[in-house]
Amino acid sequence: MSASLASLFAPGFFGSSTVHVALLVGAVVALVAGAVGVFTVMRGQSFAGEALGDIQTTGGSGAFLVSVPLLWGYVAVSVVAAAAMELIGIQRARGRDLATGIVLGVALGLAALFLSLLATSQNTTGAPFTILFGSMFVIASSTIPLILLLSAIVATVVAILYRPLLLGSVSAELAAARGIPVRLVGALYLLALALSVALAAMTIGTILSTALLIGPAATALRLTRRPGAAILAAGVIGIGAMWLGIVLAYDSYDWPPIHQGWPVSFFVVSIIFALYLLAGVPRLWRARRRGGNPAVVAGEG
Amino acid sequence: MFSGFMVNTWTEATIVALVAGVVGFFVVLRGSAFVAHAVPNGSFAGAAGASLLGINAIVGLGVFSLLGALGIGVLGRRGRHDVVTALALVFMLGLGALFVSMSAEYEPEIYSLLFGEVLGISNTEVGPTAALAVVSIAAVAFLYRPLMLSSVLPEAGEARGVSAFRIELCFLVVVALATTMTVPVVGTLLIFSLMIGAPAAARSFTDRPLRAIVLSVAIALATVWAAIAIAYTTDRPVGFFVAAIGALSYAAGRAWAAWRRSRATTRPRDLESAR
Repeated sequence: MSASLASLFAPGFFGSSTVHVALLVGAVVALVAGAVGVFTVMRGQSFAGEALGDIQTTGGSGAFLVSVPLLWGYVAVSVVAAAAMELIGIQRARGRDLATGIVLGVALGLAALFLSLLATSQNTTGAPFTILFGSMFVIASSTIPLILLLSAIVATVVAILYRPLLLGSVSAELAAARGIPVRLVGALYLLALALSVALAAMTIGTILSTALLIGPAATALRLTRRPGAAILAAGVIGIGAMWLGIVLAYDSYDWPPIHQGWPVSFFVVSIIFALYLLAGVPRLWRARRRGGNPAVVAGEG
Repeated sequence: MFSGFMVNTWTEATIVALVAGVVGFFVVLRGSAFVAHAVPNGSFAGAAGASLLGINAIVGLGVFSLLGALGIGVLGRRGRHDVVTALALVFMLGLGALFVSMSAEYEPEIYSLLFGEVLGISNTEVGPTAALAVVSIAAVAFLYRPLMLSSVLPEAGEARGVSAFRIELCFLVVVALATTMTVPVVGTLLIFSLMIGAPAAARSFTDRPLRAIVLSVAIALATVWAAIAIAYTTDRPVGFFVAAIGALSYAAGRAWAAWRRSRATTRPRDLESAR
């Protein structure tokens, strides 16, 4: 047992302060993203989450360009983009994809411009890679208070909005009939989504941040239908994937072919994807045994 | 701007705009913006893997975009479509991150993959692109009626024996083909704005499907040509200009639609209400 544990954790794993920071930030961000993600999946807004994630690239490259901390760039751009989506009409189910797509297109165009300006004006080798694919091991410990603060804000918003948001996610008409300001709740939720995506981008990069948001939540919703339990399960799954990813990435420093470590994001994303597929197996199996059509039984999960 | 190596660029970009205009019309009509974003974006991993193995990038792009599109189609039947799309996309991107980290000199490489490289198109690339373009436009023409029916009225389509699932798979394959050929020119991240911006703008100008397709191709052509010309003179990424012009044309379309609505409030918007 201890031998296999020793082979799992490479020497120096628990002594490294970089690893401590990565484990702490990873856990906090996974918790927040899991909670927001459950609502994102229930509301069918995965595309908005994905788009907000990609849009962080603009924020990240802009932040490098004017030399402010990455997280500020992420937060600023993400909030602006969420507001733009809200204005163009994300609240109507039909125009939603289009509104998201148009904002996404513009933001990525800007990202292309910023990155090209970066490439020509400054010597920032590795900046695009850090922005796009994240780097748990280069998070400065000075940004931890800010990460914790933003996480607390998101958690508070979700806690306050919990009931109206839940009702609005299941049936907007019912929520409106009960006197809930559906549009305001939707807009506040979008803000929480934007912030949590910015946090996720800090850890696994802008274009992969969706994995942390959608993956654990979708897996949890396949396992349980109760929203409270799903939020809890999503948090646990997210933290598990994050920590296992960090351990494997740390181990991978002496793996072939490059001997400089495989990206953390790759491990985290692969674990999340595998868990999502695995979570679909029990239902499929039950459906087979009953002889029913798995597509019908699995339904929306 | 029009001599020597730029000839390939203009030819290639024109083919890309033709395909993006046609395929994009159905992307917007079916509300498949997310898939149209995910497939090209995820195929980035294929290109990165191909460059790692030292084979032609277009092979990697083709394999990954096909696998991604079919995976989304098959898995999406069981789970939530948008969730599956998101997860398939990030998984492919994660692979891309791995491949990129394994190859030694990545920066200019990923940069041009993600955001396009108009100036680096060789003679050998024009042939395959043209072939893929012909195939994907022919596929759309062949599928036109069932595709139209199942996009606008899926229930009526099923009743007439048009399987929505099979049409969805065919459509995803077309998107994958279009992706494979367009990515080397405008990049994985920005082919999307070409596929969404131009058709969305076209749809606000006209309600007739065929007219909208033609208009969408015209807008896409104008967007790409203008973007290349500006990119050539300013030496900035072409993707930025594609995205900016695409968004401007969409804004113009929205403004036109709003103006027309305010002039004739009694007339229903045919195509919109038909969905």
